[in-house]
Amino acid sequence: MPILEIRNLQKSFRSPEGGNHVILDIPEFCLEAGHQAALEGSSGSGKTTLLNLIAGILLPDQGEIRIASRNIAPMSESDRDRWRALHIGYVFQTFNLLQGYTALENVLLGMMFGSGVDLSFAKELLHRVGLSDRMNYRPGQLSVGQQQRVALARAVANHPQLVLADEPTGNLDRQQAQTALGLLRDICRENGAALLLVSHDPHVLNQFEERHSLDSLNCAAQGGGEE
Amino acid sequence: MKSGHQHPFLGGLPLIVRKSLRQHLLSTVITIVSVALAAGLMMAVFAIDSQTYKAFTGGPMGFDAVLGARGSQLQLVLNSIFHLETSPGNIPWQLYTTIKEDPRVELAIPYALGDNYRGYRMVGTVEEILTRFEYQPGQKFSLQPGGRIFDSSRREAVIGSFVAQKTGLGLNSRFKPYHGLVFNEEDQHGEEFLVVGVLEPTNTPADRVIWIPIEGIFRMGGHVLRGSGTDYQAQSGQEIPDEHKEVSSVMLKFKNPQAGFALDQTINKQGKVATLAWPLGSVMAELFQKLGWVSRVLSLVACLVVLVVAGSVLASIYNTMNERRREFAILRALGARKRTVFSAIVLEAATISALGALLGFVIYALILAFAAAIIRNQTGVVLNLLALHPVHLFAPLGIILIGALAGIVPAFKAYATDVASNLSPHS
Repeated sequence: MPILEIRNLQKSFRSPEGGNHVILDIPEFCLEAGHQAALEGSSGSGKTTLLNLIAGILLPDQGEIRIASRNIAPMSESDRDRWRALHIGYVFQTFNLLQGYTALENVLLGMMFGSGVDLSFAKELLHRVGLSDRMNYRPGQLSVGQQQRVALARAVANHPQLVLADEPTGNLDRQQAQTALGLLRDICRENGAALLLVSHDPHVLNQFEERHSLDSLNCAAQGGGEE
Repeated sequence: MKSGHQHPFLGGLPLIVRKSLRQHLLSTVITIVSVALAAGLMMAVFAIDSQTYKAFTGGPMGFDAVLGARGSQLQLVLNSIFHLETSPGNIPWQLYTTIKEDPRVELAIPYALGDNYRGYRMVGTVEEILTRFEYQPGQKFSLQPGGRIFDSSRREAVIGSFVAQKTGLGLNSRFKPYHGLVFNEEDQHGEEFLVVGVLEPTNTPADRVIWIPIEGIFRMGGHVLRGSGTDYQAQSGQEIPDEHKEVSSVMLKFKNPQAGFALDQTINKQGKVATLAWPLGSVMAELFQKLGWVSRVLSLVACLVVLVVAGSVLASIYNTMNERRREFAILRALGARKRTVFSAIVLEAATISALGALLGFVIYALILAFAAAIIRNQTGVVLNLLALHPVHLFAPLGIILIGALAGIVPAFKAYATDVASNLSPHS
């Protein structure tokens, strides 16, 4: 059963010249529950936009985005926020940890907007990513690899059904990237979450059995995109 | 497995607010102190205004009326009750004896003024001030251990507690008075008075007074009595004929309130010789009405200060908005709703205001203690530092409300933060 279904999705942006630039035009895409897929795309191909649409941060111009069979496109912004908090985990290339908060508070904060605070689970997650002794460290006191591990723990803190990862290893060296990627995949598997990872790094992409190319999914990339 | 569920909306707010306050600690502390100063100032202005009004118009005066020379009732009250201002003039001794015999009058005590000791007034009077007068219902002056009432035929004095504290005079001290009501070191009398009693504190203007026998004033060197219309100087060893005696005022206690109405008619409306200041509270209230604009201006200034501080709350939070756009975007990406971010900023402004208002009570206490010390020094009137006033409730609540309202402007900015474009770091 698919956890993510996209149909006839279109998203355009107004260009500085005043024209409408269609950046995404995806007739169909789907990801099965619990599966892990990599989405390949060159820089500027609309990978982050697609993830933001799936997360409900952006609204499509048209089309459907179904997560666990529920179309989020017609939802109000507030409902999408709530939906995102409860069903989607998000890992960013730049980690996006809140600087004034400790590692533990960053994980707890994710829970606060979702199903509620579960301190023992937050600690368990940090323990799982190897940060038992760094729970009360602020991001600035952690290495980049450790920061990304906090971000991984935060992404699954609400038991999401779908984890979106936007170039999660882009800021890490090869060894850290390998560790983080392995951890991300394991932790999603352990928590029953599907994973959709976007990257342009072949080393990362090669590790996924299920791989898609955004350029081939996206008709806008094939046709130029100007309207 | 879940151990501590919180409401998804409310749960994050205190943490977000606490973190933000800590992250911008310097500006937070400065703003809290500004709010505290404004809150303290506002509470102090209203409380001092109210307390001084109460103290001067309804405080423990002990008398119902003051009889004195024809002129201003206010001057009579200030001079005789609060021992401030100059005397409007003297009235013949005969007026005192006449009103003392009036069946409507329960107590009549003459005051004769004209001298001081280091700025503290000497009031020539009769023993009844110490034996019969009640400065508060049921409360007479009481002497500190070892003291006694002055002997009317000797140069003896009973001093108020504040005089004792400030001048260093105590039991068996001797002092020479100075002429006039204003202390002038070069204008000292030759007569020496012996302190035979020190009064327990009363927290009234009486604490600032040196009580001596009325003859002491009459017989002070250089004093001229004009009770009969001609000059008369008392001679040692000779009794002063009553017709030459004069007093500055007569303090009156009536048997019933109707006496005040009747004597007001007789003395103020039909007579031309003297003035009856009655009722005392109304006379002082008139002064406060005349000076009402001062307190209104002060209140307005205090309110404006609060508004200025509300502006500083707004500015201090608004100035952090640009650097916090990414924080808001991250919070939103984690599932925080727009209204959560909005509420966090309003709550932050309200928290700064609340902490400021709380600290404002300390500032208020300091201002009030300072003002009370000055007022006590100048008038002997004591303000109650612990007296409650509606401003103690309304000022903090109002400041918190205004602070929260001030937070709405930056809150709207946070509310409108675009998530997608602010998730990446900006250089």
